[in-house]
Amino acid sequence: MNGALSGARTLLYKEVLRFWKVSFQTVAAPVLTAVLYLLIFGHVLEDHVKVFDSIGYTSFLIPGLVMMSVLQNAFANSSSSLIQSKITGNLVFLLVAPLSHWAWFVAYVGASMVRGLVVGSGVLLVTLWFAPLHAVEPWWIVIFAFLGAGMLGSLGLIAGLWAEKFDQMAGFQNFIIMPMTFLSGVFYSVHSLPSFWQTVSHLNPFFYMIDGFRRGFFGVSDVSPWFSLGVVGTSFLVVSGVALHLLRTGYKIRH
Amino acid sequence: MPAISFQSVAKTFSGARGDVHALTDVSFDIQAGEFFGLLGPNGAGKTTLISILAGLSRATRGRVTVMGHDVVTDYAAARRSLGIVPQELVFDPFFSVREALRIQSGYFGVHHNDAWIDELLAHLGLADKADANMRQLSGGMKRRVLVAQALVHRPPVIVLDEPTAGVDVELRQTLWQFVARLNKEGHTVLLTTHYLEEAEALCGRIAMLKQGRVVALDRTSALLAGRASTMLRFKMDTPLPASLAAQSRVTGRIVQIKAHDAREVEAILATLREAGGQPEDLEIGRADLEDVFLEIMQGEPERVAA
Repeated sequence: MNGALSGARTLLYKEVLRFWKVSFQTVAAPVLTAVLYLLIFGHVLEDHVKVFDSIGYTSFLIPGLVMMSVLQNAFANSSSSLIQSKITGNLVFLLVAPLSHWAWFVAYVGASMVRGLVVGSGVLLVTLWFAPLHAVEPWWIVIFAFLGAGMLGSLGLIAGLWAEKFDQMAGFQNFIIMPMTFLSGVFYSVHSLPSFWQTVSHLNPFFYMIDGFRRGFFGVSDVSPWFSLGVVGTSFLVVSGVALHLLRTGYKIRH
Repeated sequence: MPAISFQSVAKTFSGARGDVHALTDVSFDIQAGEFFGLLGPNGAGKTTLISILAGLSRATRGRVTVMGHDVVTDYAAARRSLGIVPQELVFDPFFSVREALRIQSGYFGVHHNDAWIDELLAHLGLADKADANMRQLSGGMKRRVLVAQALVHRPPVIVLDEPTAGVDVELRQTLWQFVARLNKEGHTVLLTTHYLEEAEALCGRIAMLKQGRVVALDRTSALLAGRASTMLRFKMDTPLPASLAAQSRVTGRIVQIKAHDAREVEAILATLREAGGQPEDLEIGRADLEDVFLEIMQGEPERVAA
């Protein structure tokens, strides 16, 4: 058991070291992207978009961008690591090792969470220059950042196992992850949407991650943070369960 | 307890064009300390068998154990006993040689073993490459790292899947000296190779696979003694007469024909003379493993010369 634990620890270390060695691309670049969003959208929409009372648009936008960066980078880490290892063939080093499916899961999802949270913290630090922000209910910030990163890390694991080619992965990212993040209320409050699109937004688990995360900063949210916690927690368990099942059965990696 | 045991192993791949039987009822044991060769033409099922042993693939039927541990139900113990050198030249471009070895070792729960890593690097001629990134290494150097990665957790059983394919002479020598030493120290070695002279020189026992079945399994010396007899070899520029061509092995100008005794040699030479052929550099030698291999793979019991 001890050996199994230390094997998982080594894989987690290797996965963190992997993105850290190219941190210019995996950390600095997404921080810059988020800042560009803030500059452009914040400047253009500041006086046009009505969000919560007494909260400026730029202040409103920052937590959304932070959470979007956490989610996208958590997904990118596990998915790109796995597909690269599959395509270059070096996944064999893991396949011949005595690592359980739990070890794979903990390491890949753990490293994804580290990357998501590091990028998110970077975005938060840089964007704080642009608008005042206070953590009114900080525990929600922590809970939703961790759960969101964990869920997207698991989703990235599933995508990485499923995809056989880079364009399949790009499809997953562009047609599932991107629309779900952009339509989750990063840039607006769903209350400003027509009622049909409000209903659609409420079917998107990403909406609850963003809304719950934002709650931690402003103390107000579109829905109750407890309800959001229930939705996000359940989604995390379902996605993790699927990822663990695929790992245990060797889906597309052990033939 | 055998080091490796294959028990009625079968593997069927289901495809659009129906089922492909990659392995059919393969059974044999490899005892601890053996240097064992697994031979067969491309597509015979060697790599499939190794993949099942390593856990990369799952048998459709049958059971495989390593040092008594089932590779499916007790996979962690089985994999700890096993060091696999894969056939493909794969590497992780993010890490240096030393990092790759430390990480691989860590997967097996073995940490702080830099003394052994240094020893491996020295024996494989990699000492000055320890801190080089994997991307900077030549193909031969990458192959050496694969060998080091397979051995870094000190497994009692070593599997080399065509480790010398496309490798230069120097590395081949280094590799065989090192592996032979590990075998002397008690490691069990399972080798698949296309170089039959390597198998003949190194392996005490050999199994031959053909179309997913074991078609020969014996001591190397017994295979050589029991099967082929003597071979007549010569060089010739003109085409062989049709009656001889069917039973000869021709490599460029070099012709090899099996001949059991002097009478058969005389008969072959007479046939050549009648056809106006001029054989040069005539020699009569003992059959080597390649002859045995071809004889078994062609699946004909005995062929009679002339």
